[in-house]
Amino acid sequence: MSTDAPAAPAQTTPPPVAKKSRKPAGTLYRGREGMWSWVAHRITGVLTFFFLFAHVLDTALVRVSPESYDKVIDTYKNPFVNLMEIGLVGAVLFHALNGLRIIAIDFWSKGPRLQRQMLWTIVTVWVVVMVPGAFFMFKHSFELIFGSK
Amino acid sequence: MSMHSPIPPVIEAPRSAPGRPRRSRTNTELYAWLFMRISGVILVVLVLGHLFIMNILDGGVQRINWAFVAGRWASPFWQVWDLLMLWLAMIHGTNGLRTIINDYTRKDGTRVALKGLLYTATTITIALGTLVIFTFDPTLN
Ligand code: HEM
Ligand code: HEM
Repeated sequence: MSTDAPAAPAQTTPPPVAKKSRKPAGTLYRGREGMWSWVAHRITGVLTFFFLFAHVLDTALVRVSPESYDKVIDTYKNPFVNLMEIGLVGAVLFHALNGLRIIAIDFWSKGPRLQRQMLWTIVTVWVVVMVPGAFFMFKHSFELIFGSK
Repeated sequence: MSMHSPIPPVIEAPRSAPGRPRRSRTNTELYAWLFMRISGVILVVLVLGHLFIMNILDGGVQRINWAFVAGRWASPFWQVWDLLMLWLAMIHGTNGLRTIINDYTRKDGTRVALKGLLYTATTITIALGTLVIFTFDPTLN
């Protein structure tokens, strides 16, 4: 885009555009945290939705026989699958907290101005909930792997 | 001589896919937008409560089996909880995916096909989940 402006006549050369005017100001969803929280919200929403399809199918096995249901639920107890469950819980928790942030931005008069502070608040809440949450979720798998049970 | 460009930078409005005119005269999108927010607030309680009960409370996932579900669905409270969660999460997620399909598809055919697939899968899943809650047979054991 940038040409050798100084040599060319002023009338035909596009004057240099001030750098800051190229970036739209005050948009929540372009660049920086606002955009990345939107990306994360989208990805976690889709992930949860796809899990839900599988989950309704596995739950439907209660209608088939106790044996078939218990067999599928046993996979949930495997340590590796257990790790994925922690990931799922983390994804749903982020989506839920950020969903509340979106609602606050839309309906609360101070929301748009405080959106960045609210993002760091929900990230903090997420960490505070996930650390003990992951501990309790993985406790049994840990004992299984390291042989105390 | 002005240092500013006579032509302001053009910023496309978000969600305005090229070549697709607005032809809706109804408020459907407004209601969908509102539904996402109302269902979201309710789902915070239903889904986070569900996850806490299933994964953290006494023994977490290790204690889940057929008898556990039979015990829970003996209570209308958990039946209604699960039913509401099923419907709200499925409709909320489906509407979210509808938005995403609208965002990323370029051809009309692709969009119609993907939405058809989505709505079919959603209908089947909601029907199956509802049926399972209402026709659960505790004597199966
Ligand atoms: C790893 C995490 C999860 C576990 C271990 C789990 C476990 C269960 C169990 C045992 C049931 C049987 C019914 C009952 O006892 O209430 C159930 C049903 C259900 N769960 Fe989950 N769940 C998990 C995650 C989720 C998530 C993230 C959602 C929502 C997005 C969800 C939505 C549902 C629904 C809608 C039903 C009712 C299904 C039907 O109508 O047949 N679950 N879940
Ligand atoms: C737990 C409580 C939840 C809250 C508070 C919540 C909140 C929201 C909100 C406010 C939106 C609209 C975003 C917008 O209009 O830009 C949204 C979008 C979405 N949600 Fe949820 N939601 C929740 C649970 C779920 C669940 C369980 C699923 C999956 C079944 C899900 C899937 C989606 C999807 C796919 C989108 C579309 C994302 C996008 O357009 O980028 N959500 N959510």
